[in-house]
Amino acid sequence: MTIESQIEKTFREEHGRVLAALISLLGDFELAEDALQDALVNALERWETDGVPRNPGAWLVTVAKRRAIDRIRHSKFEEYNPVILESLTQEEPEMDDSFPDDRLKLLFTCCHPALALEAQVALTLHTLGGLSTPEVARAFLVAEPTMAQRLARARKKILEAGIPYRVPPADLLPERLDALLVVIYLVFNEGYVATSGDSLTRQELCGEAIRLCRVLVDLLPGSAEVRGLLALMLLHDSRRESRLSPTGELVLLEEQDRTLWDFSKIQEGISILDEAIALHDPGPYQVQAAISALHAQVPTAAETDWDQIALLYDTLAKMTPSVVVEVNRAVAVAMAKGPQQGLQMLLRLENEADNFYPYHAARADLLRRTNQREAAADAYQRALELCGNPAERAYFQRRLDEMINPK
Amino acid sequence: MKYMLLMYANESAVPKTPEDQQAVAPPVWYALMEEMKAAGVLLSNNGLSPVANATTVRIREGKTLITDGPFAETHEQLGGFFLLECKDLDEALRWAKKIPHAKYGSVEVRPLWSQGS
Repeated sequence: MTIESQIEKTFREEHGRVLAALISLLGDFELAEDALQDALVNALERWETDGVPRNPGAWLVTVAKRRAIDRIRHSKFEEYNPVILESLTQEEPEMDDSFPDDRLKLLFTCCHPALALEAQVALTLHTLGGLSTPEVARAFLVAEPTMAQRLARARKKILEAGIPYRVPPADLLPERLDALLVVIYLVFNEGYVATSGDSLTRQELCGEAIRLCRVLVDLLPGSAEVRGLLALMLLHDSRRESRLSPTGELVLLEEQDRTLWDFSKIQEGISILDEAIALHDPGPYQVQAAISALHAQVPTAAETDWDQIALLYDTLAKMTPSVVVEVNRAVAVAMAKGPQQGLQMLLRLENEADNFYPYHAARADLLRRTNQREAAADAYQRALELCGNPAERAYFQRRLDEMINPK
Repeated sequence: MKYMLLMYANESAVPKTPEDQQAVAPPVWYALMEEMKAAGVLLSNNGLSPVANATTVRIREGKTLITDGPFAETHEQLGGFFLLECKDLDEALRWAKKIPHAKYGSVEVRPLWSQGS
């Protein structure tokens, strides 16, 4: 590894922890970010000649702290609290190997429900993931100034609305933790589902979400759902290479080339899911991971245990009732008990799901399996009208053509 | 009788002409407050931080919904206020949840105006 890529990797890895510690130390989000930027510039110069220090995180904290003191001293507007300066300068900065891990505080602050969801996602990737503003902007296909503004507004609200920098107390923890997992899963899906834009950056989002979730598992080892989400993402990610055909068309699970699956990810996902289940606190992420694991464990689509999958969808529907879950449940039942049963279940969803393309896609596939070509063609047509994702559209179009012009 | 006078304006509409700027300058506010004090009518007054710092609390079907921004429905009317001293936003939101309006309307939590906001 070249020194440049080694430095870049170190920056990424240390960013969240160093920034979190600095915010605790300085009591000021913006000052902490500015000071860290200064320290990174410093590090780039020094490390290129001296190499990456033994404990780069502590190095960055110490240097950033000095830069923060400089910034406070040179600020003309007395915008910083003199108490902070006093407490900072009292102890002589030293190379201390241990500094507190406050990433959990930072995560909870970034994912505070008083911030818009898109701001939570951007801020989390930026502060904890160490992605630069242009990188976050590229990943979400928005212009750089728009993203910069979104981040600035979020920081301003944290400061001015008094969003606390701490791990929420026990009574708020469950709902706040849910919000945090939503953000991490959203980052993952943004990278997984999207097929437009800078695909490399977008694929990195999957890796980033998995990395953040690993950190969260370390920080909250007792939470079953955190492990459940990590397992779910690893299992989904294991199929990344087989999800799209060379021409960019979506490949359904049953038609995927299973030799392309990443078996080390599958194994890791399954063992993390086992750890989660051993904590005896079931939740929707664990159930979804279990479904994904059942798919991952069989060598051919024909061997899939659809009865078990249908049962898991029953459980999921009770935990988080939604149209999405109902559509998937109907598909599982169709596979387990025959397409007619699945079609009947879908029919009952007609009113609430009419604007939801996966509903029409599921219906179309079941109609196709029962050889009802005209009805299937209509359903593929509806799915095409409602779906914006090019890979999925390509698949629907091919099926529609098959229905109209049978070979 | 006690009356509450509520001030509405477009936040982003900055007064452009010197006359308009003059009309909203601090001395105008101080003079008005002095006048109200002298008349014995002023109980309390304060500005609010911009809407960008607002957070709205609603409770629907027993679940708390916290959203960024002042999302009052157009068919909802301002029905009262509490002024609280809290250590942070979480504490303010905790109280907001307990206000009955959260269950059938909404409670907007906004910091008071402060220097720099």
